[in-house]
Amino acid sequence: MNPAINELRREPSRFAPPTTILTLIALLLMFLGGLLDGLIRNSTGAVNAIDTDLIVFSESSQGSFLRSRIEPETRQAIEDAVGTTSGGLGVTLLGARVPGNGPRDLANVAVWGYESPIEGVPAPPAAGTGWADERLRADGVEVGDELLVGPSRTPVMVAGWVSNTAYNGQSSLWVDVETWHTVLNQNRPDAALAPGVFQALAVSAPEGGSPESAAATIAAVDPEGDLLVLTVAETRDAIPGVTEQQRTFNQILGVTVLIALVVVALFFALLTVERTSLYAVFKALGAGTRSIFIGLVAQAIAVTTVAALLAAVAVVAIDAALPAGSVPLFVSPQRIIVSTLLLFVAAVVGCAFSLRRVLRVDPATALGGSS
Amino acid sequence: MNTTSPALEMRGVRKVYEVAETEVVALAEASLTVAHDEIVALVGPSGSGKTTLCSIAGGILGASAGTVVVGGEDISGYDPRRLTRFRREQVGFVFQSVNLVPFLTARENLLVVDEFGRRERREARRRADRLLEELGLSDRGANLPSQLSGGQRQRVAIGRALMNEPSLVLFDEPTSSLDTELGAQVMELIRAEMKSRGTSAIVVTHDERITHFCDRTVGIVDGVLDA
Repeated sequence: MNPAINELRREPSRFAPPTTILTLIALLLMFLGGLLDGLIRNSTGAVNAIDTDLIVFSESSQGSFLRSRIEPETRQAIEDAVGTTSGGLGVTLLGARVPGNGPRDLANVAVWGYESPIEGVPAPPAAGTGWADERLRADGVEVGDELLVGPSRTPVMVAGWVSNTAYNGQSSLWVDVETWHTVLNQNRPDAALAPGVFQALAVSAPEGGSPESAAATIAAVDPEGDLLVLTVAETRDAIPGVTEQQRTFNQILGVTVLIALVVVALFFALLTVERTSLYAVFKALGAGTRSIFIGLVAQAIAVTTVAALLAAVAVVAIDAALPAGSVPLFVSPQRIIVSTLLLFVAAVVGCAFSLRRVLRVDPATALGGSS
Repeated sequence: MNTTSPALEMRGVRKVYEVAETEVVALAEASLTVAHDEIVALVGPSGSGKTTLCSIAGGILGASAGTVVVGGEDISGYDPRRLTRFRREQVGFVFQSVNLVPFLTARENLLVVDEFGRRERREARRRADRLLEELGLSDRGANLPSQLSGGQRQRVAIGRALMNEPSLVLFDEPTSSLDTELGAQVMELIRAEMKSRGTSAIVVTHDERITHFCDRTVGIVDGVLDA
């Protein structure tokens, strides 16, 4: 077996300090990544669930549901041109009183009115009822509860649960369009809409057609450029704060990976200095620089693997221990795998800094007792 | 192993170092032939050029001038990569401070030579077990160097030097860390192992008392061999 692997087996205590530090860094990487995923899910879950090719907004809205208006005539013109029926969409962000919760009875909700299919959400429920996002369980909401939405306390009864449909950090409540118009007009008179007016339209390309050609068709019926046509992904990125959150967290994650790289580089630089006489003996016995360096990389990979495994177990345990809804942490296998791969890259690059030192080891120092 | 030509043939070998724009001659026109099966003691004071000569003969250092032929293979013009391969396949080393790998067992210390080379795993394991048995260490194969006595460590180092069935083995002060009695035992073992295999050796030493274990003694002073 390779001497480097034997060193790991026989002298594990030598590798304990870097393994401990890398475990903490890996935990930080996975935890921060989980927080980012959780925050993004809380902001974008509802938009991701909209099962359509395109979402049409009014141009001045810049992709914001709350600022957008689509009149019935515009909707008709789009449907005639594209050749498919569209689904009206609208959302309003409000507080809702949860009965029986005492003085802390306010839950933040995003009330959605929808006609088009939403992934994971059943067809619109009966008037005055709604499908509630599971996050509302943390606010003490139960099926059958009547939430009093907004300052006007418009009643909406919870008909059942749906999952992963939060919007802009608030739990969604999916209602039919008449109920939504009622909620909106009673509680946000400044943003009230006439019957048949929606904030946005979900438009699917006709069978055999592409979303791009459907977008071009919509543009053709909008010569004055009053409409903004976005994909679901573009709509998600237009949600205020999403791109900024991603950018900020990714910068923190990048710095964390850089710290991991420095830790590996420093440890293996020290190990190489300590091992200079041994490497001189290896070289005198006929070992090439390549095989010595491969041994170092194998050790770095092994240390990183152990650190990543420990961190993965720890972050899953933390996720399980946290009360539901208390921290926006979403731990996914993808995040753990990506974090581990980033650490592997940091480990290999960190190790590479020792290559120059290994190259400079002179086998002649093994002779003459100078080693 | 080539048994028809000398194990080592050095002709007019010079080694010059440049130190602060001054030439320092470490080895001056050295010519030395070590016959097949011959054990040569190389004796000289510190700084006399013993290590330089051994390093050149073992392919660790390149000569500034002259020719070096080991086991019939002229290594004078070899680049570092070919010298590395040459050392792996043609030469055995026993270092002054033994230099066993501390985290490998005695058996693994022998097998480490195979790890660096062509990896004939099964044959290497067989050879390592045979060498350990011949060196009286068959019950110590699983011990780490820290669990072995000084003499046992020296024997493991000899076994490691013989793993690649070399043409020439270079012993660097093999008895320097041993008492007189143990030193004599080790030299007897070296002689027996070399002669039983027909392997040539150069034994670098300060100690005149062990030269009688060798077939011939060559002195070196200030980089000049007395032949």
